[in-house]
Amino acid sequence: MADVVLKQVRKRFGPIETIHGVDLNIRDGEFCVFVGPSGCGKSTLLRLIAGLEDISDGELRIDGDIVNDTVPKDRGVAMVFQSYALYPHMSVFENMAFGLDLAKHSKDEQNARVMAAAKTLQLEELLDRKPKELSGGQRQRVAIGRAIVRKPRVFLFDEPLSNLDAALRVQMRIELAKLHEKLNTTMIYVTHDQVEAMTMADKIVVLRAGTVEQVGTPLELYHYPANMFVAGFIGSPKMNFIPAKITQVSQQSVTVQLESRKEVSLPVDGSGLATADRVTVGIRPEHCSIADQDTALFTGTVEVVEHLGEAGLVYIRTGSDELFVARVAGDTAIKTGETVGIQAAEQDCYVFDTADKTKRRLAVDNAPLKAQMALN
Amino acid sequence: MNAKARKYLRKLAFWLLVAVIVLFAVFPFYYAILTSFETGSALFDVNYLPESFSLINYVSVFKGQPFGHNIFNSIFVSFLVVALSLLLGVTASYALARVKFAGRGLLLVTILSVSMFPQVAVLSGMFELIRGLGLYNSMFGLAISYMMLTLPFTVWVLTAFMRDLPRELEEAAVMDGATPWIVIRRVFLPVMWPAMVTTGLLAFIAAWNEFLFALTFTLTDDKRTVPVAIALISGASQHEMPWGNIMAASVIVTLPLIVLVLIFQRRIVSGLTAGAVKG
Repeated sequence: MADVVLKQVRKRFGPIETIHGVDLNIRDGEFCVFVGPSGCGKSTLLRLIAGLEDISDGELRIDGDIVNDTVPKDRGVAMVFQSYALYPHMSVFENMAFGLDLAKHSKDEQNARVMAAAKTLQLEELLDRKPKELSGGQRQRVAIGRAIVRKPRVFLFDEPLSNLDAALRVQMRIELAKLHEKLNTTMIYVTHDQVEAMTMADKIVVLRAGTVEQVGTPLELYHYPANMFVAGFIGSPKMNFIPAKITQVSQQSVTVQLESRKEVSLPVDGSGLATADRVTVGIRPEHCSIADQDTALFTGTVEVVEHLGEAGLVYIRTGSDELFVARVAGDTAIKTGETVGIQAAEQDCYVFDTADKTKRRLAVDNAPLKAQMALN
Repeated sequence: MNAKARKYLRKLAFWLLVAVIVLFAVFPFYYAILTSFETGSALFDVNYLPESFSLINYVSVFKGQPFGHNIFNSIFVSFLVVALSLLLGVTASYALARVKFAGRGLLLVTILSVSMFPQVAVLSGMFELIRGLGLYNSMFGLAISYMMLTLPFTVWVLTAFMRDLPRELEEAAVMDGATPWIVIRRVFLPVMWPAMVTTGLLAFIAAWNEFLFALTFTLTDDKRTVPVAIALISGASQHEMPWGNIMAASVIVTLPLIVLVLIFQRRIVSGLTAGAVKG
């Protein structure tokens, strides 16, 4: 049980700096997810907290103590690795008891703790097996068990589900969420999968190229992304971006002209913007609807239609380089080659200024979001 | 029909090749065994099937010289060399494979280059070294000089093997509170058994068969190892070559190697293919 605080943490490998001054405050009992594209430094940041890499600059506190120079085992952290990293020559029991044995806990204590963890994770039947006799999901559970028995103050997960198949991943996701609820221990979880981040996190940290882009609850990031990068990263399929020009601006609304010459007034705080500024309008695929060509924001030719069953994804060529994606009803009759119009509600549109920063949206109305924001 | 015939022909050719290889490898040893059971003038008759049987050579080889003592020396030196090589090899390979430090590549190449010098080239220098350490005519002197032959490949093979072990395995142990020594002893050693058996056996064979150092660095009969002892077996007169004794002695010293290889056969195979299989 502990909060984890990072102050201007930097990591250099030789002359190359990969983590550029990260400030972060993870509260006790929080499920915090580091998410970002590969190479963004999320795993490095986790390894800095674990103590597997040295912090070049800055300050790391766990439960108030500065632990920059503390060896991993004394930080009170336990880590679950992507490859599980079970000791191949030890049984499941020995794998879980190894850390306790090194810490010189008595045999009875080891037994009791391993049994308790095995019960939580439903591993009781497997305690005598070797890792190679286990399935992927079982190995994953053993790796988690190895972390649990040490009763750490902070759990660290490094992409723990990426080696599992899709169905198992969903199941383990739920089990991890339940585990967090039961243990109520601080957990830090690294993933490149924004769905995992959205479904499990209390707090998401979006990283890009060694800097924190935004920290917030899942719905906060979805509704109030700080910039175009976060807006594009959170949500699937990703947000569509279309260029626009400002024709009218106030603190309550911004009127933009799209490339289709169509003008639309959006409920967005326009302070800092001026008429004739070039901006980008963001529309999520799930907020699009197909409309008559004369009332639509713009039109385009359908290139691909994907039928997912519960919904359909329509990829539309509108003139720009990237295809515009719209999520429509599952029984859509739209066919490749058709010309369609796209419509979206004004309050669902995002506006990004020339520096890719998001302008504050004023008409967001979402009960769970308010609940999440009230908690913080 | 033609295809079938060709298939049989191909099979025949294959087995013929196997037979030639086996004959080439095994025949000298077979002939040594055959000769070791013969006495007197029968030794010099060429025969390929056993004709007489006598254990007299095996008895006399222990009588003419301290052969039992020599065997003990060989066993002692070989085991010492294996133990030292593996200890130094494993610890060195951990550093070379897992610890980042300046000059690591250079050090690896230097270790390899040690094995490039022919034994004769280092003989005099090694002699001075052994004498300077006060280890002349001693088993420990031999063991140290043999390390020159065994350490380069031991370190290289174990380093390559250890490099292939998943890094996360070590990191998991570190998170569990293991020191480097515990990582080596309780995590890496059990996983590295196949590689250790292979390199250990090769080191054993190298030490067991070594001749030049053993001849140069020992003085008295009771300090000699088996290869030297065999070479120095002499007959009753200057003109008599005691082939029977020599063959009996050769068979005696070859047997332990064969037994060892048979025992560890499976381990060796899995050691040689270890890189391909994930733990």
